[in-house]
Amino acid sequence: MELHTLSIHEARTALDKGEISPVELTNALFKRIDSVEPKIKAYVTIAREHALARATDAEGRIKNGDRGLLLGISLAVKDNMCTDGIRTTCSSKILENFIPPYESTVTQKLKDQGFILIGKTNLDEFAMGSSTENSAFGRTHNPWDLETVPGGSSGGSAAAVASDMCIAALGSDTGGSIRQPASFCGVVGLKPTYGRVSRYGLVAFASSLDQIGPITKNVRDSAMLMNIISGHDPDDSTSAPIAVPDFTSGLGRDIKGMRIGIPSEYFIEGIDKEVEESVKQAIRKLEALGAVPVEISLPHTGYAVAAYYIIATSEASSNLARYDGVKYGARTEGNDLLDMYMKTRAKGFGAEIKRRIILGTYSLSSGYYDAYYKKAQQVRTLIKQDFENAFKKADVIVTPTSPTPAFRSGEKTDDPLHMYLADIFTISVNLAGVPGISIPCGFSSGNLPIGLQIIG
Amino acid sequence: MEIERVALLARLELSMEEQEIFSRQLGSIIEYIDKLNELNTAGIEPTAHVLPMKNIFREDKIRPSLPRDKALQNAPVKTDDFYRVPKIIE
Repeated sequence: MELHTLSIHEARTALDKGEISPVELTNALFKRIDSVEPKIKAYVTIAREHALARATDAEGRIKNGDRGLLLGISLAVKDNMCTDGIRTTCSSKILENFIPPYESTVTQKLKDQGFILIGKTNLDEFAMGSSTENSAFGRTHNPWDLETVPGGSSGGSAAAVASDMCIAALGSDTGGSIRQPASFCGVVGLKPTYGRVSRYGLVAFASSLDQIGPITKNVRDSAMLMNIISGHDPDDSTSAPIAVPDFTSGLGRDIKGMRIGIPSEYFIEGIDKEVEESVKQAIRKLEALGAVPVEISLPHTGYAVAAYYIIATSEASSNLARYDGVKYGARTEGNDLLDMYMKTRAKGFGAEIKRRIILGTYSLSSGYYDAYYKKAQQVRTLIKQDFENAFKKADVIVTPTSPTPAFRSGEKTDDPLHMYLADIFTISVNLAGVPGISIPCGFSSGNLPIGLQIIG
Repeated sequence: MEIERVALLARLELSMEEQEIFSRQLGSIIEYIDKLNELNTAGIEPTAHVLPMKNIFREDKIRPSLPRDKALQNAPVKTDDFYRVPKIIE
């Protein structure tokens, strides 16, 4: 048995039966990291000493009869979630040396179940991007083809899971940042309903859109992690005070009679033929299993990217105002306070961050607010209504996760708009606040994974 | 877009080269975004966020807070128990 290939469920079973030990499992993962990480570069920080100490501790606890759903199991965490005492960079120079003085709620919940933090994964700086090329610490490579991107912004987490350098991982998703990399790397990525998972300790990008979710080797692990990380948190005023169901209770049930909505707007010109065929084949498979396809319409789909890039950049420009070189983060000295701010931010942020701060500041500025920010929020209402109407006819909506398989590195870096359009199928889901999952559904002729998005 | 004015509002110093590149790129992004004007949104309520919740308060009870040394541990410049910033009054 190659231990690094285990899922959470398999590792839990083997650990509980005493077939393997946490130290063996952790060592196997580090052996795997030593052999493939130099090519993939999924991690910003590898927490080797920390993880091995935790593994030894877990070994003792299991011997003493302790139980924890993740006791002895190593997960990776996207490097935009605060981990007490372990560097959290957001893949930005401005946070290069930031050591959080507190633990995020999600990682605390994982800790409560005995998990081992194996490392912090690479992302597009501040989670702004779709390719994990915009990292201050270098790009991450797609394990299926090192010349292509792993998707983004949770590209490090998706690549680490796909290449078995962790048992599972957490990502965050503002416009597709969990689902699109999961699709590109051939793993399962879930963006929960807005408010389901606490964001206390998640470095904020666009607060009305951000959600944390699992990236896993299969759907069972996704449900298991959702059971652990979900729930109301008084430390996050946007977390929903709603009871958490047992997500694993839905596993293995039949889908006879389930109405699967297929939006005509998602099978459009520009979508890769192999992606279209693969997704249609998956739909036929669902139909063969008893699901009933229903044609639906999401008429405002064509406006989602435009609305998103106003809303997300506006919120980002406000959230990122905190990086002022005073309380934490790097500082560049200037002639006076204003000059210090201007230089600190000029030196600390990468190009994509600056571009988005400028766009967001512009759309919020006096004289432009109604034309851009308010207009985008009104269009958001229309997009949300599209989904409400669609769910009157369908139980779930099925679409491609991304219009193409993984693209080549460097292909879109000079054209931000082209890059933004890569998120066309995932963005509406964040605007509407509904949950979406990407699951593998096939391969392109170039042997790159294709993802199926299911929206609930 | 008056990029210099916006950059000052954002407290972001841009080089001449950045100003030139961003002007061009943001010009085409805004041109794309202008397609929102194809939609008549008169009378439509804006959505700031999707949850029907507002004004979430916590109980007014004292809880432990971050100890001073931890709050200061990431400060780029500090003096004793204070964050240090450039002088702002003469």
